[in-house]
Amino acid sequence: MLDTLKIPQRHYLNAGHSLKSWLLTKDHKRIAIMYLLSISVMFFLGGLFAVGVRLELATPQGDFVSADTYNKFFTMHGVIMVFFFLIPSIPAVLGNFLIPPMIGAKDLAFPRINLLSLYIYWLGGLFTLAAMVMGGVDTGWTFYTPYSASASNTHIIPTALGIFIAGFSSILTGLNCVVTIHRMRAPGMTWFRLPLFVWAHYATSLVQVLGTPVIAITIVMLFVERAFGFGIFDAARGGDPVLFQHLFWFYSHPAVYIMILPALGVQSELISAFSRKRIFGYSFVAFSSLAIAVFGFIVWAHHMFVAGISTYAAMVFSFLSFSVAIPSAVKMFNWSATLYKGAVSFDTPMLYAYGFMGLFAIGGLTGLFLATLGVDVHMHDTYFVVAHFHYIMVGGAIMGYLGGLHYWWPKITGRMYSEFFSRVSAITVFVGFNVTFFPQLVVGYLGMPRRYHAYPDEMQVLNVMSSAGATVLALGYVLPVIYFLWSLNYGPVAGPNPWGASGLEWQMQSPPLPENFTEVPEVTHEPYEYEHIVAKETHLV
Amino acid sequence: MSNAVAHADHGHAHHPALQHHFDTLAQQKEAAVIGMWLFLLTEILFFGGLFVAYMIYRIWYFEAFAEASRRLSLFWGGLNTAVLIGSSLTMALGVRAAQTNNRKWTVNWLILTMLLGCVFLGVKVIEYQDKFANYEVPGQNYNWLYHEQHSAGGEHAEGAAPAAAEGHRQLRMTPEQLQNTTQIYFSLYFTMTGLHALHMIIGVGLMLVITWMAWKGKFDAEWYTPVEMSGLYWHFVDIVWIFLFPLLYLVERHQ
Repeated sequence: MLDTLKIPQRHYLNAGHSLKSWLLTKDHKRIAIMYLLSISVMFFLGGLFAVGVRLELATPQGDFVSADTYNKFFTMHGVIMVFFFLIPSIPAVLGNFLIPPMIGAKDLAFPRINLLSLYIYWLGGLFTLAAMVMGGVDTGWTFYTPYSASASNTHIIPTALGIFIAGFSSILTGLNCVVTIHRMRAPGMTWFRLPLFVWAHYATSLVQVLGTPVIAITIVMLFVERAFGFGIFDAARGGDPVLFQHLFWFYSHPAVYIMILPALGVQSELISAFSRKRIFGYSFVAFSSLAIAVFGFIVWAHHMFVAGISTYAAMVFSFLSFSVAIPSAVKMFNWSATLYKGAVSFDTPMLYAYGFMGLFAIGGLTGLFLATLGVDVHMHDTYFVVAHFHYIMVGGAIMGYLGGLHYWWPKITGRMYSEFFSRVSAITVFVGFNVTFFPQLVVGYLGMPRRYHAYPDEMQVLNVMSSAGATVLALGYVLPVIYFLWSLNYGPVAGPNPWGASGLEWQMQSPPLPENFTEVPEVTHEPYEYEHIVAKETHLV
Repeated sequence: MSNAVAHADHGHAHHPALQHHFDTLAQQKEAAVIGMWLFLLTEILFFGGLFVAYMIYRIWYFEAFAEASRRLSLFWGGLNTAVLIGSSLTMALGVRAAQTNNRKWTVNWLILTMLLGCVFLGVKVIEYQDKFANYEVPGQNYNWLYHEQHSAGGEHAEGAAPAAAEGHRQLRMTPEQLQNTTQIYFSLYFTMTGLHALHMIIGVGLMLVITWMAWKGKFDAEWYTPVEMSGLYWHFVDIVWIFLFPLLYLVERHQ
């Protein structure tokens, strides 16, 4: 059967070969490809700074770089990874590519705004990279005042402007997504027939639209203080530096959900497709995404338990932070129930999905430690926190992103990658990740503070383990680049639906036509009706 | 997503403004309207951060806010409020003209709206100039006492106690405290009105494009979405000022 498969004559990739046909395209699929290339560059750049951090921490003495350089390393790592990789990762690449076909549309509601968002992202990236070349920033990705407003003499203004600009890219992506889901659905595609990937993106987009403007205005206030000597956060004139923290986290905590929610959406697709089973509790999974988005907005001050906020406020924020665990757990239990008695397989995307479940569970549960007021006083600003959010951001978001990329790669390119090497990479990433970050949970619990370039001798074993794990992890990230590039020319032709998955995107040819569908599809089924697909497959055999 | 509506509109679907990925002009317009309202929502949150900061500091340093607010000109502020409300009227009339296929008056009303916008910005320049001249811009050169020492002819400025110059009001804050905390007021004043003015400048630029498009006859009763969207934006910027004016100019004027 494989021999008969051919790459179709006409598809979005050969709709034009000039540079102009890419740079001025309004096709959401081409824009997604350009986002994919851009964020990949940013990912490996951010990764380089992580290499610097782990090299320094291989020995207890601060001997590889100076303390100032070390500060710049972890700051640039955080800024690039958060604002230029994680936030655009799944929404701007997979979301951009897949949301229109998943709802049966020809394109997003605003194709030109979609292209504009990419250019805005590039402009923001340029500012931040220029700041990096000029000498970098050393405030940490959080830019806390008063250090960022006056004391630090590094390049805060261009970096902050870069983040300000990139924020508009994120707002426009989210806005486009919300309007598309509201107004571009094909006939019969009701809200409760939407794939859960789309529900997750709807929730994500709401957070992007409502949260990002607040970081923008916070950066403006920081900018006028640093550039013109205004005094909104200046304690010497009666201003309140803690107000900066409130405003910063009002965005930056929900931003965590911008990063993880789309990965949860990918996860729902993978679990259902690779256990050949309808997702368990569809509406609960859909509404838990919205619940996470809503709760995400009212827990920000749990980052500030030791910043001098009122005890009563802290108690409320602690309680609310615990409640985020409920919708997250709803998802975990529903996925487990979907797997139960399913025909589960071990294809590469599913390996990532299994890894995701384990790592997201650890990341979520360690979050409960930190939401506990008394424990947080002990753990605040230690490596325990660093490990916790890396379990969510790297173990959750990046595993979800890679799982999704492997799942939809045959749709995006029309070809399959090497199954053997991709499984090796999935296992390498999982092992490397745990060896890197589990020791950090321990060393943080023992009291090692974050953001220091030297530490006591007795913590070396755990730190060396972490650095060694980071090497394995890096290998796991480089492998996909190689076999994905290889697959472009030499990969076997995948055909329209290599996984036998449900969903409108698998009804398109691979790679899809520029207009996605020749005819607007009419939707008559619930999503994830795998019992019909399985019945049809067994009948054919 | 009603199929009936989609099919009913198909008869005259080949309007030049219809983009390829929409079925009908109605769908295209609905998308634009939702998109615009979402954008305005982001704007509310954008200004919202400043309003939160304003609220906190106004509660903490009410006296400083009241004193500093008296340094603003009610005449210029009131005039600008009237100008902006007037411009919202001309904008609404412009949208109405577009809706009724009246090309000439669409262009006229839009030009008038732009002119009123420019009047507003001109008045803002006069007000800012006054603040610069009186060392009331926060930062190194800020001097809370300069205004008193150099106003009222200056005949009793020499040696007069600063508190006496505040008229009959008894202030609890010392001049040093006022020197610091009024800077927070003026920081917020310049950031808020500055961002508002930036939005006005963008609005005038937007209006230039829309006027040109209207002049070229790009709009008709069937499709005038850009005029309506710019109108929404213009009204939003107007409403921001409706909040800024009382918060900044009228803190405690009755005393």
